[in-house]
Amino acid sequence: MLIDYLPILLLGLFAVLFAGINLALTHILGPKRPTRAKLSVYESGVQPVGDARQRFTIRFDLIAMLFIIFDIEVVFLYPWAVVFRKFSETSGLFILVEMLVFIGILFLGYIYAWKKGGLTWD
Amino acid sequence: MERAYYFAFVEGDFVVLPLHVLIISSIVKILIIAHLLIIGVMAMIWSERRVSGWMQDRLGPNRVGFQGILQPIADGIKFLFKEDLIPNHVDKPLYVLAPAMLLVPAMITIAVVPFGSSLTIFGHEIPLQIADISIGILYILAITSLGVYGVVLGAWASNNKYSLLGGLRSSAQMISYELTLGLAIIGVLMLTVVEPGESALSLRKIAESQGKALWNWNFLIHFPAFLAFTTAMFAETNRLPFDLAEAEQELVAGYHTEYSSMKFALFFMAEYMNMIVGSAVTVTLFLGGWHFFGLENVGGPVWSGLISFGIIFVKTAIFLFVFIWVRWTLPRFRYDQLMNFGWKFLLPVALTSIVVTGILWVTTQSRLLVGIGNVVAAFIVVSIVAGLLVMNKTPEPATPELSGLDAIE
Repeated sequence: MLIDYLPILLLGLFAVLFAGINLALTHILGPKRPTRAKLSVYESGVQPVGDARQRFTIRFDLIAMLFIIFDIEVVFLYPWAVVFRKFSETSGLFILVEMLVFIGILFLGYIYAWKKGGLTWD
Repeated sequence: MERAYYFAFVEGDFVVLPLHVLIISSIVKILIIAHLLIIGVMAMIWSERRVSGWMQDRLGPNRVGFQGILQPIADGIKFLFKEDLIPNHVDKPLYVLAPAMLLVPAMITIAVVPFGSSLTIFGHEIPLQIADISIGILYILAITSLGVYGVVLGAWASNNKYSLLGGLRSSAQMISYELTLGLAIIGVLMLTVVEPGESALSLRKIAESQGKALWNWNFLIHFPAFLAFTTAMFAETNRLPFDLAEAEQELVAGYHTEYSSMKFALFFMAEYMNMIVGSAVTVTLFLGGWHFFGLENVGGPVWSGLISFGIIFVKTAIFLFVFIWVRWTLPRFRYDQLMNFGWKFLLPVALTSIVVTGILWVTTQSRLLVGIGNVVAAFIVVSIVAGLLVMNKTPEPATPELSGLDAIE
């Protein structure tokens, strides 16, 4: 029921207020003595070279894509897991085989990603 | 005047909580739990520093208050009065928002975690849980993954090379281990008994299903999944040995390098809150929740509720000690080792645990056999993967000619 979520909304309000008040208080209470060195990029005391937003390795992108693929498959397993106990009493073999086929396909994809070097990090 | 009524399905009976009782009780619960969480963060910071000192044979903070117990408060006040520096090169709105975006998800995850059985006050049976929603576990997975945004946006908005690298590492690590986190829970859901009309995704139901005896605690039946879940949780909270995101020797402080004052403190609070909430979730899912050999049923309707709260509190505290313990026991991984471990060991172990649990349950209907089968299967999977990795390893370059003592021999 929707009213179950009311306490979560209240807790969310509390959390937002807590974070907001902390951020505002420290902004108001702290001293303001900016200098040029303070406001520049921190690079362990070395003069910063160029902008930080440069190109980075494609591997991070690959990991993100693999995550989306596998995470969606994990989400598909949830409804199955919830009804598993009930179904295992009446038609256990059916629900088992159904899952094995699904996980089998998932596993093939996993092996493919591994063989293609998608999981290798060097 | 007609009153709005709220029906909660508690232990097979319809329990009626009038709307005003629901609102008042949940406000009280929220205030207590949220403050406990904040105090818990302070206690964690203090105990972490003291325990670290103890493990490294030094003192740790012991000056402010008794045994240094007020140190976190002193730190908090100091943070509050520090200069709130916003450097010139940052993306200002995101830079300011990022700490809050990490803290808010960390705090609201606690909403669905039961912190005890139930209390009877003024004739109303009030469940000790902020919100018993039917999709509890999905809620936890959804909200905890929102935390990645705080890290990524903080890192990107800082416009600092250390921050960006830390944020990238952290986000890749968090999403990689989130898969294991999701898969490890499925085994638990499969064997949770639910009555018609109830949901196995509710954390209260999972905790209740472990109530009968010790061998109903899920970590005995799903031991590999329990280990995988715990390990993934360490990685999700960016704790050692998975703290690549803020490896001091390489990245200064990682994604919060450019932060100062309370904004910096909020990042830390969020990290500790994630640890506390993660421990509470693990206790609920795998370690029997508020059950401890029938102790939770001692006393009347009020005392049993308070005792059950005490039990879950102690269990969570013990688990949090393990966090600190592990920190000073294991060295930090290298990044490729971290990714390999997550994708090539934990993921297959978690997946196998689902298959084995399914097959053994349908064929034997015995929890004991499922428990044994899980451990054996996990052992086999880890051996196969380790064997594959050893076989595929490129041979080391031939050792250069011997020198020194070796040459003489």
